Amino acid sequence: MSNKVLTGLHFMQGDIACAEGAIAAGCRFFAGYPITPATEIAERMAKRLPEVGGTYAQMEDELGSMAAIIGASWTGTRAMTATSGPGISLMLENIGYAIATETPCVVVNVQRGAPSTGSATLSFQGDILQARRGSHGEYETIALAPSSSQEMFDLTIKAFNLAEKFRTPVFLLADAFIGHMREEVLIPDKSKINIVKRKLPPCKMSLNEYKSSLDENVAPMPIFGHGFKSHVTGSTHNSYGKRDVTNYEALDYEVKLLSKKISKHKREIISVDSEIKDSNVVLISYGTTYRAVREARKMLKRDNINVGSFRLITLWPFPEEEIEDLAKKVKKIIVLENNLGQIVTYIKAAVKGEAEVIFLPPQVLGTLHKPDYIVDKVKEVI
Amino acid sequence: MKKEIRIAGFGGQGVVLSGVILGKAAVLYDRKRAIQTQSYGAEARGGGARSEIVISDEDIDYPKVINPDILVAMSQQALDKYVKDLKPKGILIVDSELVKDLPEDYIFSLYRVPASQIASNEFGRIIVANMIMLGFLVSLTEVVSLKALKNSVRESVPKGTEEMNIKAVERGRKIGEVVIK
Repeated sequence: MSNKVLTGLHFMQGDIACAEGAIAAGCRFFAGYPITPATEIAERMAKRLPEVGGTYAQMEDELGSMAAIIGASWTGTRAMTATSGPGISLMLENIGYAIATETPCVVVNVQRGAPSTGSATLSFQGDILQARRGSHGEYETIALAPSSSQEMFDLTIKAFNLAEKFRTPVFLLADAFIGHMREEVLIPDKSKINIVKRKLPPCKMSLNEYKSSLDENVAPMPIFGHGFKSHVTGSTHNSYGKRDVTNYEALDYEVKLLSKKISKHKREIISVDSEIKDSNVVLISYGTTYRAVREARKMLKRDNINVGSFRLITLWPFPEEEIEDLAKKVKKIIVLENNLGQIVTYIKAAVKGEAEVIFLPPQVLGTLHKPDYIVDKVKEVI
Repeated sequence: MKKEIRIAGFGGQGVVLSGVILGKAAVLYDRKRAIQTQSYGAEARGGGARSEIVISDEDIDYPKVINPDILVAMSQQALDKYVKDLKPKGILIVDSELVKDLPEDYIFSLYRVPASQIASNEFGRIIVANMIMLGFLVSLTEVVSLKALKNSVRESVPKGTEEMNIKAVERGRKIGEVVIK
């Protein structure tokens, strides 16, 4: 199995598909600490990375794991870690450091019952806002939500490409359900996999050229060992990358540029899956919840009820304009999340009262919405 | 055609593996669609374990089993817990050694298979009871082809145990054939 890309048809668990996606995307360093329901990713990476010339590091904890992938990334290596909510909580300080130092990396969160230790084997969509605002300070982040084993493969590749292009940590927000579920995964030929590489500066740059060390179009990354000496700091730094912590102008400059490099490129980053046609009612979902929506729509169609579907593949940056447009086309929006309402707040803000927004959690938190429960709700509001 | 199957028992019986084998048989060898999900306790052995498989000729949207067409109960606890979910006129297969207490009136088809007894007495390995069950299940219901099942078993079991597991599948199939006749 020393192939870098396991081209072909597989019956594969989501976690394993994620690991294979990482290998196919060129990830050659993984640091992690085992945690249910993400352990299978670490396990697979521990087996696969040595086969493809990469390195697997079993760390002492999640703080160390996040620190290690940041270090690896600064050598120019594509790096990833995978954990669940309790691990993310421990990683958040260093995730903030990765954001401030503009370090490309992929952080997989296979969400489980929470808060705290919660329920290791139960599924949940509890960490959606944590991905957006978990670390302190003002920043933008990128997060993707897979809804099948296939997307665990595809979106892991996409996460690496976005991380490399925008020099930022990218979250893959899976859950226990999708992580442990097995289904068909078709791995394409290596030549069909698009790999985006980070921009590197030339070995020698004049001071003026290096002035772009903060740039809304993403500065080239002066990785270690390539002859270019640079200063990497989580403290506020100016346009030369020089530490400057007493100056409000420097703070203003850094924070705005870190945010802008993502918000300015939102159109390129955001991906949604929209099937509206002539429906007045639309179901908004993401991740595993989308699977229940698909079944419910099929059942409704049999009753000649046509409801639309709008799925967020990119959760962050939030597809505000897309939701704003959607609200103008429909009368009612039912938001399905497997939590008590996280993304719905952002949806309401984007809808601006143009349509009625109804929130629908599953009957029992953590379980997938039952399709007939969704059908009943649609019939009730229609 | 869409079939929902639930296999339940306790940890260590190979309940999860049985589901994986069926799913793999369907997807890789019969070129159907299949989804396998599972739930189990924190214990490696002894806790409740459940494996669910949806097999269909078309794309599968909803991956969970709500009302199975087929329930395989490998423990009394599993039967007691899940028999109420079985579809009316569904198929219930129990390990007759492990499930003694059966519902009094029912409208499903009931099959009592001495899988763990045969596994111990004829194979000297209780662990192959799940393979006997799979052989029986497939010969009775044809949810996957026997050829696909065997290919999938060969690919999924530990190296060196292939022949024993295939024999156990065959043994289960023979019981199934007798029942059908």
